[in-house]
Amino acid sequence: MRLELVPRTDVPGYARTLAPLGAIVAAILIGGLVVALLGRSPAAALDVYFVQPLSESWGLQELAVKMLPLVLIAVGLSFCFRANLWNIGAEGQFVAGAVAGAMVPLATHGMEAGPWVVVVALVLGTLGGALYALIPAFLRVTLGVSEILTSLMLVYVAQLGLDWLVRGPWRDPKGFNFPQTVVFEPGAQLPMLMEAGRLHAGAGLAVIAVLATWFIFSRTLFGFGIRVSGEAPKAARFAGFDANRLVLIAFAVSGGLAGLAGIVEVTGQIGQLKPSISPGYGFTAIIVAFLGRLHPVGILFGAFVISLTVIGGENAQILLKLPLDLTTVFQGVLLMCVLAADALVSNRVRIVRTARA
Amino acid sequence: MRHILKLAGALALAAGLAAPAAAQEKLKIGFIYVGPVGDHGWSYQHDQGRKAIEAAFPGKVETTYVESVPEADSDRSIEQLARTGHKLIFTTSFGFMEPTLKVAAKYPNVMFEHATGYKRAKNVATYSGRFHEGRYVQGVIAGKMTKSNIIGYVGAYPIPEVVAGINAFMLGAQSVNPNVKVKIVWANTWFDPGKEGDAAKALLAQGADIITQHTDSPAPLQQAEAAGKFAFGQASDMIRFAPKGQLTAIIDDWAPYYVERTRAMLEGKWQSHDVWDGLAKGKVKMAPYTNMPDDVKKLALETEEAIKTGKLDPFKCPVLDQDGKQVECKGKGALSDPQILSMNFYVKGIDDKLPK
Repeated sequence: MRLELVPRTDVPGYARTLAPLGAIVAAILIGGLVVALLGRSPAAALDVYFVQPLSESWGLQELAVKMLPLVLIAVGLSFCFRANLWNIGAEGQFVAGAVAGAMVPLATHGMEAGPWVVVVALVLGTLGGALYALIPAFLRVTLGVSEILTSLMLVYVAQLGLDWLVRGPWRDPKGFNFPQTVVFEPGAQLPMLMEAGRLHAGAGLAVIAVLATWFIFSRTLFGFGIRVSGEAPKAARFAGFDANRLVLIAFAVSGGLAGLAGIVEVTGQIGQLKPSISPGYGFTAIIVAFLGRLHPVGILFGAFVISLTVIGGENAQILLKLPLDLTTVFQGVLLMCVLAADALVSNRVRIVRTARA
Repeated sequence: MRHILKLAGALALAAGLAAPAAAQEKLKIGFIYVGPVGDHGWSYQHDQGRKAIEAAFPGKVETTYVESVPEADSDRSIEQLARTGHKLIFTTSFGFMEPTLKVAAKYPNVMFEHATGYKRAKNVATYSGRFHEGRYVQGVIAGKMTKSNIIGYVGAYPIPEVVAGINAFMLGAQSVNPNVKVKIVWANTWFDPGKEGDAAKALLAQGADIITQHTDSPAPLQQAEAAGKFAFGQASDMIRFAPKGQLTAIIDDWAPYYVERTRAMLEGKWQSHDVWDGLAKGKVKMAPYTNMPDDVKKLALETEEAIKTGKLDPFKCPVLDQDGKQVECKGKGALSDPQILSMNFYVKGIDDKLPK
C-alpha cells in the first residue's frame, strides 16, 4: 500500500487563501499541545507569542523592522524564481549592497555632510547589489555556468570581503582594534518614523518595492515575459522574448533589492559595519518568497509570519521562560503545516493498493 | 472638618505610595547570551553566574535570559528586557556593545553591564576577565608537555582579546621551551562544534600534539582526546568531555561579580565602572591540573601563584614583536592595560600572519 498525491484540477481561489490560515491554526494547536506537555499554559503562550507583539506600537514597529529586509529581498527574489532562475546568493548581494553603500557615510564621516549622504548611500547600495548579482547572471549567459553554485559561492566571497574591510582599511581607528567601522553620523542614518520605537524610513521603500513588483507582474510586458520564460521557456522564445536579456535583468533587479535591503539595514538599524550584519536574511528570504508563492502580497504575509515567530519566540523566552529550542521547533512546525496545507489543497491523497507478488 | 479631610487624603496618599514598597517587588535581572546556554563554555559560564544570583538572593530577585542572540539583531532583545521591567541587564558578548548603548540611552533608569566592551555610559558599566593570565599558565604547561614542539591554537576571531591570549600563551611556552611553535586556525565563530572540531583536526594533522582553543564548545578538546593528544578546556572545566586529554582549563567565574553587582543594585549603590580582574581576584580560575607529571604540575602551580601575587606579569617587558622589534613598554615594567586591550600584533615566534 502506498499514498499518492494526485493534482486537483479545480482548486477554488478561496481554498488557496484559506489554506495558510488553516495551517497556522493547526500549528498553534500542535504548539499549544507541546507547551501544555511542558506544564505551561498554552493560553499564556498564545498571548505572548501572537497577541502581545501585535497589540502595541512597540511590538508592531519591531515586527516591521524585522520584516523589512525579508520583504525587500524576497520581492527581488520573486523576479528570479518566477523566471526559473535560482538566485541563492541574496545574502551576498545584501552584504555587497551594504558595503557599496557604506562607502559614502564612511568617506564623509566627521564632515557633518547632511542627509544627502544617506540618499547617495541607498543608490550606491542598490547598484552594488545589482552588480554583484550580475556576476552569476553573466557567467550563466556567456558560459552556461549554473547560477545556483556561483550565486551561493559568492555569498562567502562577499562575507569575507566585508570581514577584511572592517578588520583592515575601514576599521574604526579609535576602536581598540576591534573589527568594526565608526558609527555613522546621524545625517548618514535613515530617519526614524515615530518618536518611540525603531521603525525607520526604509519601511517606505519596502512598500514601494511591493507595489512596483505587483504592478510589473500584473500590468507590464516585461513582467509577463519573466513569467512566461519561467513557466514555458519555449513559448517565451517563440514570442520573441530575449532569454539572456531576461536573465540579466531578473538578476539585476533581485540583487539590487537585496543590496538595498543591506544598506537600509546598515543605515537604518545597525549604524555601522561589523563582520556580521545579517542573521541570514538572504537565506530566510528564500523561504519567505516561497511561503508567499512568489506573489508580492503573499511575500508580505510570509515575512509577517516568519518575523512574528522570531519576535514571539523571544517574548516566550523572556516572559514565560520557555526554552529557545521550543520556539525553533514551533517555527519548523509552522512551516511544515503551511507546506502540507498547500500540498493538500492542490492535490488529492489517493491510497494505492499494491498487489502482493 | 476640613483638616480631617486633608489628613485622610494625606493618609490615603501615603498608603497608596507605600503599597508597592510593602509588596517587596522583586528585582528583575536580564541576560543576553551570544550562544546557547548548553555550549558548556562562554555562555554556559555566564548562566552559572545568573544561577548564582538566584541562589544568593532567594525571593528577592527574578532572572531571565535570552540565548543565541545574533549580534547583528540584538537591539530588540535587549530593549524587550528593559521594557518588561528588568532593571539590571547583562549583555555578555563584545558584539552587543553598540546595541546596549543605544537601548541604555532610551532607558536611563535601567542599569546595563556589558562584558568585554570599552564604551561606557552613566548606566552602562563594562567588565571582563584577564583571561590571558590563565593562557600564560597554559603556555608554560604546553611548553613542557609537547614532544613535537608544535602546538595547535583554535581561535574564534582575531580580536584583541584573542590575540592577547595567543601572545600570552606563546610567552608562557617560550619561558620554558625556546623551540616551541604555535600554529593557528581561525574558526570564525564563537560556537560551532563542527567547525571548531575540524579546525582541531587540521592542526593535529599538521603535527600539533597539544591543542588549545579560544572558542566556546568542547569540540577541539574532544578531537585531541580522540587522537590521544592533550588539550585545554575553555571557559569552564571541561574535564568530563576529555578525562584523559584535558591538562587544565581556564574557568571564567562570573558568579562573584554578578552577585556583587546585584547586591549593589538592591542597596541602591550601583554605579557605572570598568572592571578587569584576573587570577588574583578569582574572576579567572584554573581547573585542576590533570594528566601531567608532577614536576609540570608544580611549575604550573608556581606560575599561577606568581601571577596571582603580582610577581609575574605575562606581558613583562621586553616584549618582542614578530619582526623581533621591541614593543614600547607603556606600563610599569610590563605592557599597559590599554596596550593589551587593543593588541593587534603577534609576539616573536608565532608561525602565522595576523589577518588584517
